[in-house]
Amino acid sequence: MKASAFAYARATSVENALELLADQGDRAKVLSGGQSLMPAMNLRLISPELVVDISGLAELRGIAVKDGILTIGALARHVDLLKSAEIAAHAPLLADAVTHVAHPAIRNRGTIGGSLAHADPASELPACMLALAATIIVRGPGGERRIAATEFFTGIYETALSPQELLVAVELPVAPSGSSHFFHEFARRHGDYAIVGLAVQTVIQDGRFSDLRLGFFAVGDRPLLARAAGKLINAPVTPALLSDALSDLADELDPQEDHQATPAMRRHLAKVLLTRCVAALLARPELNAGALN
Amino acid sequence: MTAPISISLDVNGERVDAFVLPRLNLADFLREHLKLTGTHVGCEHGVCGACTVRVNGEIVRSCLILAVQAHDASVETIEGLSDSGEITDLQAAFRDRNALQCGFCTPGMLMAAQDLLKQTSTPDREQIREHLSGNYCRCTGYQAIVDAIESTARARAGRTA
Repeated sequence: MKASAFAYARATSVENALELLADQGDRAKVLSGGQSLMPAMNLRLISPELVVDISGLAELRGIAVKDGILTIGALARHVDLLKSAEIAAHAPLLADAVTHVAHPAIRNRGTIGGSLAHADPASELPACMLALAATIIVRGPGGERRIAATEFFTGIYETALSPQELLVAVELPVAPSGSSHFFHEFARRHGDYAIVGLAVQTVIQDGRFSDLRLGFFAVGDRPLLARAAGKLINAPVTPALLSDALSDLADELDPQEDHQATPAMRRHLAKVLLTRCVAALLARPELNAGALN
Repeated sequence: MTAPISISLDVNGERVDAFVLPRLNLADFLREHLKLTGTHVGCEHGVCGACTVRVNGEIVRSCLILAVQAHDASVETIEGLSDSGEITDLQAAFRDRNALQCGFCTPGMLMAAQDLLKQTSTPDREQIREHLSGNYCRCTGYQAIVDAIESTARARAGRTA
């Protein structure tokens, strides 16, 4: 199908975009790469009266590191994350995750800001933001707000952003030395929506997790920072402890049923992912056997 | 503001000026306004890959870009790649390997394949499949398509070696 008629405004600055949004509120939609908005408009799932195109705003581009903080502009595209030396050095989890996002032609247009503001519970980058302890920076009529990623995602396609606000950047603490990461998702085909996925940032010292942030996605109405990680931090990981953490994980998940999987299947796959993640990160393949029963 | 908007862009090396409605996507602009019907419209929501074109040198879904967003951009369609001779060998390999049946997906397949071959001189079959994972062939002729791309890559590598 084709999108229904709408008015189009090419924002000339962030200020200008905010004025347009202040004026139109929820009748307007922000367009950046368009890789989620355009399908929704073509399918007539949404029909905004005004589209505010921010894709030309140079002030929202760029990836930079300063004082231990990695700042990624909202308009950084998936392909930019994939090719950035700063991301590779300081947040390699993101580069790994992006290879699972859709396909090259989509990654050439889709942006990090668009992906986060869209807040599809099955998408990769929101879960990475939880794992990386990101701060989402938004601007609105009242000025700037800094929102912890854990507070940002509030439901299916729902975030803490108001219709008058614009997501302008994300900030990530630079990964400390000794950090490692893990990313994996189950999907029917490469690039498809994940059935269940896991993005992990961790610090390992002397064979133990001193920090472990487990960002699950496609397991509920929003990405989830699993509390089950607490069991595994600063403790020798035995098969029994891992088994405990897995049952904690199953308890805290509230997966949805759809055409891809039942809640039981999603719980099972989430446990498989956590098992593989722990075994891989600690380089202890024997943990893959036996914990899942 | 729903009125037509003036755009100027470069399409296959030629300057194009037009007035377009905001709702018009780039695929429909190419097909309906410029009569460049080699760009095909399949799913219209970014899944099938039949509308793949190059914008500023990068492959994109033309059904997911508004024509007004292509203002000031350089757009290359399958007609451009075909006429310039850039993919003559790839097209010949598709014919030789029977890598097209109904042909609907072929322009998008060629666009995605050439994009891969520009980035990776000798991709293995897995890399080819991954790069083409966003292009559907509903005749399901994937084996032959991968064959054609693989043999083109080898032939090109042989020429430059």
